[in-house]
Amino acid sequence: MTEIFQRFGKPLGGCFVVLVLLWLAGMVLVPGIFMINSSLRPHLPPPLRGGDQDVYLFDNFAYLINHSNHGQIFLKTVWSSALVTMATLLLCYPVAYWLAQVASKWQMRVMLVLMLVPYLMNEVLRGLAWYIILALAGPLNAGLMALGLLDEPVRWYGDGGVVAGMAYAYVLFMLFPICNAIATLEKDQISAARDLGSSAWRIHWRIVLPHAKVGVATGCVFVFMMAAGSYVAPALLGAPGSRWFTQIVYEWFFEIGNWNRGAAYGVALMAMCLSVVLGLLALFRVNLTSAIK
Amino acid sequence: MNCAENIRTSFSVLDTLLSEKAGNAAGDMLVASGCPPSAVRLSDVEMDFGGTQAIKRLSLDVKKGEFFSILGPSGCGKTTLLRLISGFLQPTAGQVFINGRNMLSVPSNKRATAMIFQSLALFPFMTVWENVAFGLEARGVGKSERRREAERLLELVALPGYGARMPSELSGGQRQRVAIARALAIKPEVLLLDEPLSALDLKLRQHMRTELRDLQKRTGVTFFYITHDQSEALAMSDRVAVMNAGALQQVGTPQQLYSQPATQFVASFVGETNAIAGVVVSSASGTAVLDGPDGRFTGRCLAGLQPGMRACLYVRPEALNLEANGYENSLPLTMERFDFEGAFAIAKAVVSGGTEPRQISLTISQRNLSEAPAVGAAFRAGFSSQDAIILPDD
Repeated sequence: MTEIFQRFGKPLGGCFVVLVLLWLAGMVLVPGIFMINSSLRPHLPPPLRGGDQDVYLFDNFAYLINHSNHGQIFLKTVWSSALVTMATLLLCYPVAYWLAQVASKWQMRVMLVLMLVPYLMNEVLRGLAWYIILALAGPLNAGLMALGLLDEPVRWYGDGGVVAGMAYAYVLFMLFPICNAIATLEKDQISAARDLGSSAWRIHWRIVLPHAKVGVATGCVFVFMMAAGSYVAPALLGAPGSRWFTQIVYEWFFEIGNWNRGAAYGVALMAMCLSVVLGLLALFRVNLTSAIK
Repeated sequence: MNCAENIRTSFSVLDTLLSEKAGNAAGDMLVASGCPPSAVRLSDVEMDFGGTQAIKRLSLDVKKGEFFSILGPSGCGKTTLLRLISGFLQPTAGQVFINGRNMLSVPSNKRATAMIFQSLALFPFMTVWENVAFGLEARGVGKSERRREAERLLELVALPGYGARMPSELSGGQRQRVAIARALAIKPEVLLLDEPLSALDLKLRQHMRTELRDLQKRTGVTFFYITHDQSEALAMSDRVAVMNAGALQQVGTPQQLYSQPATQFVASFVGETNAIAGVVVSSASGTAVLDGPDGRFTGRCLAGLQPGMRACLYVRPEALNLEANGYENSLPLTMERFDFEGAFAIAKAVVSGGTEPRQISLTISQRNLSEAPAVGAAFRAGFSSQDAIILPDD
């Protein structure tokens, strides 16, 4: 805080602080309180709101827990988001290492441009691209069949398609934090470990990964949160049997019109995300400030 | 106890450990008949980095148990040379031998060398003892034994009980000692040192010179030392190789490099010197005559110097006398100023009558200072032909 005042002076620094507080209050705090408030109240027609029946209850949460299907979908969303996180991590770590420590400046620039180009497009369009690729008569099936790996086309839409689409959509959010972290690793550290007789595997496990853990934690938090809250990829690439929890939240709000139950579902998702984030940070022994930095 | 004392203690204890190893090495050499193989041998090594030649065809022999230094300005390729020996780089051409074994396609983690980095490169996320024992961990030594060995080494470098600390909690000198303990843990045949003293302050650096030298002498481990500091190289080494622009200029004892430089680069890079340019008039049996704008001078020369060649005569400041009588050579000078250094003074004088003003340095001992010409006075400085050397232009 004092840093802000020192850098920008009291009037301008004060403006920034006030703006941030307004943003926090208007975009995070008030909507959050509103959500929690309505999640705890029953869904009533307008004339009855504020009347005798409008009391605080856990009914909406109980509905989620007791529902034959929704609890399961909730858990599947958590599990699939974790899967997306793991998949992007496994994919990104070697690439990030190569970019940050091995590649020449020229190679790095070309790679970054190639990776960024698809992200100039809208997320929906990118999802649609996967929709086309994974179609029954799409290029993936055609290619695999031409190679003789498949006898008949496979229906990719469903959980597999959703995970693939999301991994693609969020891969850079994993790549950049890890890449940044590894780029700050002194090359001599790797040389010293090798000189002392370390195998490549041990160098990564003992030297590179501990150094990159803040980046890894940040990437995992980003990807997990976005996957759990994603709507486009499941809507496009899912199948009737592979509903995502966000789709159910959407239905409560905009199709069924029960905002209270929708709010309860949303709060449940938010609470889960928050606990996973804190769990991840604890697992990596990273505190929130260093992760944000 | 101040830092320097600390380090002195650490090294004296360290010797105990290393002398065991040296004893074993001596025993091995007795068993093997004939000449022991060189600790490090480079044969016609070349190194290219995308078109630029960092190392030009170079051969070098470092004897077992020698304190060998590579001295050169920054960017001369000396660190590249070190990396070729440690295995971080593979030469474009030529071969590297360590203890007589060809190191072609032997990776750095399989070589009998240990490197001390300029940055020390301690692992910041590991405790001190884990740092020291890292080489043993990579060799599959069990945890309890690793811990014991690390504690033993830490005791030897006078850091007992520091095992549980993190490197960031140590001072610069302590970190240096951890780096040495870490390198010694893997019992290397050759210790490669990449300007390890450059980060220390002057006083500690001068102290460490003596200590490193003593340590090396008493233990017999081969030290391969890289530096751009000529006084460091001259003070510590058995032999020094002077390097410039990717090529070796001269290999010899510090004394040889100082009194018999083979090239103009060595003459001017090693120690202080005065250069007088001119053209060779005659040369015969190790003596040559040089004629230039400042006069005609006689000096020693090496074979191959022909009359008509452009050359320079080099004479050290301490070889110049305030008296010209009785010397073959004399130089007309005007005194400019004195830099008092304590036991002696450096006098700066300009050549009189030259086309452009050039400064000449003379060392004047404390005793002769009262008889020295006053500032502004003209005088003739004499020097013997034995104290001057004439080297051809490159």
